[in-house]
Amino acid sequence: MFNSMLKTFDFNSWNTRGLMVTGAIMLALLFLGPTIFDLFTLLKVILFIAMAMLALSLAFIWGFGGILCFGQSAFFGLGGYVYAIGVINMGESTVPILLAIFIPAAFAMLLGYFMFYGRLNDVYLAVVTLAVTLILYAFIRSTSGEEWVIGKARLMGFNGISSIPDPNWPGFPDSLLWPDDKFYVAMALLILVYFGLRFLLRTHFGRVIVAIKENETRAELLGYDVRFYKMITFTIGGGIAGLAGFLLVTFNNFVNPDKFALALAAQIIMWVLIGGVGTLIGPMLGSLALLMLYNWLGTQNFAGWLNTYLVFGGIILLFVLAVPQGLQPTAQMLALRFLPWTRPTDEGGDSARNGAREGRAGD
Amino acid sequence: MDTAALLIIEVLNGISSLALTCAGLAIIFGMMRVINFAHGEFMMLGGYTTVVATNAGVNIWVSMLILSPLVVGVIGILAERFLIRFFYGRLVDTLIATWGLSLLLIGIVTSIFGNYITGVSAPMGNFSIGQYQLSVYRLVLIGLTVILFAGIYLAFTRTKLGLIARGTMQNADQAAALGISPPKVYMVTFGIGAALTGLAGGLLAPISQIIPTVGFTYVAQAFITVITAGTGAITGTIVASGVFGTVRQLVTYETTPIIGGVALLIVAVLLLRILPQGITGKIFRRSL
Repeated sequence: MFNSMLKTFDFNSWNTRGLMVTGAIMLALLFLGPTIFDLFTLLKVILFIAMAMLALSLAFIWGFGGILCFGQSAFFGLGGYVYAIGVINMGESTVPILLAIFIPAAFAMLLGYFMFYGRLNDVYLAVVTLAVTLILYAFIRSTSGEEWVIGKARLMGFNGISSIPDPNWPGFPDSLLWPDDKFYVAMALLILVYFGLRFLLRTHFGRVIVAIKENETRAELLGYDVRFYKMITFTIGGGIAGLAGFLLVTFNNFVNPDKFALALAAQIIMWVLIGGVGTLIGPMLGSLALLMLYNWLGTQNFAGWLNTYLVFGGIILLFVLAVPQGLQPTAQMLALRFLPWTRPTDEGGDSARNGAREGRAGD
Repeated sequence: MDTAALLIIEVLNGISSLALTCAGLAIIFGMMRVINFAHGEFMMLGGYTTVVATNAGVNIWVSMLILSPLVVGVIGILAERFLIRFFYGRLVDTLIATWGLSLLLIGIVTSIFGNYITGVSAPMGNFSIGQYQLSVYRLVLIGLTVILFAGIYLAFTRTKLGLIARGTMQNADQAAALGISPPKVYMVTFGIGAALTGLAGGLLAPISQIIPTVGFTYVAQAFITVITAGTGAITGTIVASGVFGTVRQLVTYETTPIIGGVALLIVAVLLLRILPQGITGKIFRRSL
């Protein structure tokens, strides 16, 4: 398997060069982060990393698996809550972190089993996942009573769980992570997940799920169990979103039902839409851009008439009407057209990216 | 005995409000296969129309039965002309575009009316069963739902316009060859669906709280119900509303409204697992 991987690893192609540049930037950020940012900014960056991870999870299942999930925030919130409940009860974070990945993944698998083996597609999928998020949101909000206790952790309803203990180094319950360490861990995990997904997409499994996205019937006729592959894709997405939920909790030691809310579910879709469906870097940058916009809107006072719904609705309509492929493919296409040095030297190289293909056609 | 009577009325109420919520969507999504994620916002607009008109001194029946469908119908036609028609046949793009429309509508209404809960009080006072007080309006609502669905069914099966609409949905090219303009039919049908949604929003306004984000509470249940209905959108929606409304109301009676909503979803997912084509895919196959 590794041999065939190396064969596809062509050092001249756009994809590989892009990967190397991305890796270099991410690694630079990893090592230089605590020196360039002050403490306050560094914590903010952890939030951005958590959201970028969340963006990755949907970018993967939607852009490569063709599964449009309207409820990615369900797994995100679940990850946060599972970690919070686990760490409060166990007083140690190694197992809760693993649970924060595996429980959302298992939940995604269960949901995926019902959806994909029930042959639900596009809209049906969107609606079911949306409904699941809404219900989890309503359910968690209703748990403010005394009776909602799991072990030592009170769920606290819409107030959310606060003062969640910091994570510790695995095996050393007493050595907690400092903000610098939290940043290193978060950034390292993001790099790991990003390259993990890129690796996965180059394996047999990755090629099959893209094939299913491109043409489900063809993949099925070739003998692949579409339902199974989709379920696994969805499960991976759920696990990554759960991990993102854990990262978010480390940012301010707090989790509340808003992590399940529709507002967040909508934002995740916008990140991917703006960044470009079928890309991984784009959605991460999209999440960064929109979070900054969101923060900025929060600090402004527009005499009450401009609100986030208005802005976000406008942005979605603008993109879906005017820039439907999203920013990354558009930027790639423009780069290929106007910056000759970005053109790949091998004309027959991999053409997995639409943007690259369109750019070449324009030559 | 009183409790039993009360429970029956509660269940019928649950069914009728769910069916009302779905009526417009049954046409727009069930028949036209156009995904309108702004469905909840259309209902919200209907609700606001009724509240604003009634508070301005218009008779509540006029605002519910005439103004709400009129206003939302016009908004629906505008949305179809300027946005939705560009995405016909592209399911996922329609989904995202109407999702954007939904957020935009919430934003506009929030800008105008602010993020506050409003409402109107139900007309016609109360009656009592034993020790329980119930509003007469809730009973009227059940009757109105029956009349509405009978009207929709007859309009689509017995009138020429209904025949043209059904024919165009089945085969647009054939309809065009027979001298009918499919874009016009789509526009009108979408407008009618939107008007029905506005009507539902208006009729439900007296028994619900109106807030710009109220649409969120409707959209998921409405879509789930119409999806479960299957291809025979009208009949299927009635049957699915019957099943889901009963489940939701009975579970709500025993526990809380939230668990009731959870029960509805679980039943829906299980039902779709057994009947992937929806209810009318297996039974009532030749119905509309």
